[in-house]
Amino acid sequence: MVSVGIDIGSTATKAVVFDGGVRGRAVVPTGWEPREAALSALRDALLQAGIAEGQVGGIVGTGYGRISLPIFDRRVTEITCHARGAHHLCPATRTVIDIGGQDSKVIALDEGGMVSDFIMNDKCAAGTGRFLQVMAGVLDETLDGLGSLAAGAEPVSLSSMCAVFAESEIIGLLAKGLEKERIAAGILDTIARRVQGLAGRIALRDTVTFTGGTANNPAICRVIAAHLGVKLHVPEDPQFVGALGAALIAAD
Amino acid sequence: MSLTQTEAFQRIATIRERSVIALKESKETGLKVAGTYCQYSPAELIVAAGAAAVSLCGTSQTPIPAAEKVLPRNLCPLIKSSYGFAVTDTCPFLYFADLLVAETTCDGKKKMYELLGQIKPLHLMQLPQVQNETALDSWILELKRLKERLEESFGVEITSERLRDAIRLLNEERRSLKELMDMCRLKPSPISGMELLTVLHNTGFNIDRRDNIALMDQLTAELRRRAAAGISPFTEATPRVLLSGVPIGIGSDKVVKLVEECGGSVVGFENCTGYKKLDPVDEAGDPLVAVAERYLRVPCSCMSPNPGRFELVKRLVEEFQVDGVIDLTWQGCHTFNIESHALKQFVQEQLSRPFLQIETDYSESDTEQLKVRIEAFLEILARPR
Repeated sequence: MVSVGIDIGSTATKAVVFDGGVRGRAVVPTGWEPREAALSALRDALLQAGIAEGQVGGIVGTGYGRISLPIFDRRVTEITCHARGAHHLCPATRTVIDIGGQDSKVIALDEGGMVSDFIMNDKCAAGTGRFLQVMAGVLDETLDGLGSLAAGAEPVSLSSMCAVFAESEIIGLLAKGLEKERIAAGILDTIARRVQGLAGRIALRDTVTFTGGTANNPAICRVIAAHLGVKLHVPEDPQFVGALGAALIAAD
Repeated sequence: MSLTQTEAFQRIATIRERSVIALKESKETGLKVAGTYCQYSPAELIVAAGAAAVSLCGTSQTPIPAAEKVLPRNLCPLIKSSYGFAVTDTCPFLYFADLLVAETTCDGKKKMYELLGQIKPLHLMQLPQVQNETALDSWILELKRLKERLEESFGVEITSERLRDAIRLLNEERRSLKELMDMCRLKPSPISGMELLTVLHNTGFNIDRRDNIALMDQLTAELRRRAAAGISPFTEATPRVLLSGVPIGIGSDKVVKLVEECGGSVVGFENCTGYKKLDPVDEAGDPLVAVAERYLRVPCSCMSPNPGRFELVKRLVEEFQVDGVIDLTWQGCHTFNIESHALKQFVQEQLSRPFLQIETDYSESDTEQLKVRIEAFLEILARPR
């Protein structure tokens, strides 16, 4: 059976077409219209798979926009979907760390790959992809650029985890003439400390799989792994893990 | 016919309105009223003084901005709401109260009461923070102090006989309330958590205890009929949640609403809104000592240590066939927030049940974030164990 998972995140909308293996996938910016983004990701992914919509047996929606579409047969939270996707890609996974655009989470899995516990950040941008985006913007860099810039630099200590306060703190540091590299390293450090704070409330059992678009950035992976003192497993295309999990659930 | 359309439920749903009218009339004919905020307030003494003991408002977001002109913003919403109602004079029960009875439970409350005492006559009881013999001795003295204050303020004598009568009346109300809450032991429960919360919230404002008892008994009988006929808002497969943690009420009910909107059933309230109310006073022996013993036993997180709460959670998880425990803690409530860590370990390791802590306030701003947590938690509970 052909199944589809659509993960409507706050920043990007991802679709995966699954039929025993991934047949097609697509990512589009969510923008201000999550319904449109979902439909467009679905069209693109089906086109890539060479499969007509009529052939699809089930669609599961996940992510913040999961409420907004009638095409979904079921809606499942991103927590369950990320766990399912990560466990499928790496059956040894017992912990999932996901840094999304709007929230970050640590998920504990039991031996069978089922969610046994999870923790999410509070209702603010601290420790999320959004935080990184805003801070990269202050330095006039892309996310990738932020990572390369930070490599090897001595991180400056930022006291604010809040996206608003950290922004003014960085502007202050730039005005003092501090090197951009050290600030970039400090920004990554802040994210890692925040994830460390979350992870402290759940036992981190091996294998720890890192999912979400942020995991594409090797510098962030390094800093988080160093802070947590664990080896991070980053699947190929970590951004699609939630959508893949949704497609797997749709195939059940 | 839905449960909310039945006569018993309709009458319970309008208790607050009817109670305000009854209060106004009774005050004109000389009734004295004492307002309370907390499970530690010994209502028996108030009733034995021939006065009405009513709960005061403190579960709405509305007066919080007014409270924040004086109180720190990062204080728990329950304290801010209670104080806000007083400064804006928008709680009819507070308006009619001749005296407020309050206790030194947590730091936030006791310092807020210093300010509240400037607005209304307030009797503060020094509550011990430990449950042992020494604490009981000092708590008995505090009850004697309250007794004297009530006698002096209301111009009455609280005899042992009157106190025994009050104990019997309030125990009877507890019996009635327990039978109602115990209907949730059935699987599926014939009453939703939101419906039960409406009853728990409203009956606290009724000045007529016998009316409360009659209404709740009537509702329980109706629920028995429904259960026998297989009528329930839920199915056998609906995940059953025990809500632990801070007190809630109508207006601070968002977590109960979300759990049930997302497909769960709240079958029990292990908090001061629910099951903690049910512990009866011993009807034998010295009545004042019996009242003191009963109230000191309340397993609130302001006690250190607080073993009673863990025992109660264990009992309710077993007796109510609970699939998972949600611990609701208000932002700024240090005692419940800290205790949540130990409770999580206890529930996960000793009771082998999934556990979710939710830290929030009265506002609606985090509804979507809470939905993700609650839905994900229910997805865990919905799996066959």
